[in-house]
Amino acid sequence: MREGHPNTLEVHVDATDDRLVIRPVGEIDLSTSPSLRASLQTALAGGTCPVFINLAAVPYMDSSGVATLVEALQICRRAKRDLSLVQLTDRVLSIFTISKLDTVFTICDDMNC
Amino acid sequence: MTATQTQAGLALELDAAPAMLYIIRDRVSTWCRLEGVETTHTDRICLAIDEAAANIIRHAYSGAPGSLRLTGVSLKADDRHQLILTLEDDGKQVPLDTIRPRDLACVRPGGLGVHLIREVMDEVCWTHRPAGGTTLKMIVDVTSLTTPDTKESTHA
Repeated sequence: MREGHPNTLEVHVDATDDRLVIRPVGEIDLSTSPSLRASLQTALAGGTCPVFINLAAVPYMDSSGVATLVEALQICRRAKRDLSLVQLTDRVLSIFTISKLDTVFTICDDMNC
Repeated sequence: MTATQTQAGLALELDAAPAMLYIIRDRVSTWCRLEGVETTHTDRICLAIDEAAANIIRHAYSGAPGSLRLTGVSLKADDRHQLILTLEDDGKQVPLDTIRPRDLACVRPGGLGVHLIREVMDEVCWTHRPAGGTTLKMIVDVTSLTTPDTKESTHA
């Protein structure tokens, strides 16, 4: 039973001189996407190095999560910064495919893309 | 023609709150699994229901307290297997002609929910109830997406 175990999301940020890696952990839906949005806006403020959002630990994402990532992409484009989504699970990749955003984002198997 | 409605349907009444989406997905997933729907399609059905419930929270109630009711019926007839899912709310009635998918060529945040629901479901119909609130009826044919073993056992 999931009652009593609210959906929670952690967002880990690892910034080095040559890249920024953001790693959300948990399911992303209408209840957790505001937390992701706030974390992304803070992490993406300033800086020019490439951004990698590692989604390996995100088993589920709905359209509110996709909208949050579209916002992040727009922030990066304005700053002329590369943003890549890496290590998507099949379930999460499918929402990008269904919404035809798999060609808008750079989606990679690992951070060597 | 023979039709069998499974005994153990899906029936949920919950607060229309973002924190409830997690529970809705869990219950829909469990029900689909019991009905023998294969995992990939179960995931898609959960996504569609999540999007429909999220739309109620955002647009029918605009974040105010309210409730939503979800029912699911599994219908098997002449080797076809359909799931019929109904989602009801008592919130504000949004004009039905405004509930439509947006142009995906325009890359912007938001507005994908209706597109996702229509992509997953074979039939989708929103209606206003005279007493207030909205009913969303969704039908998905899972005939080719049901694992044979479970299909046999649920027919028994």
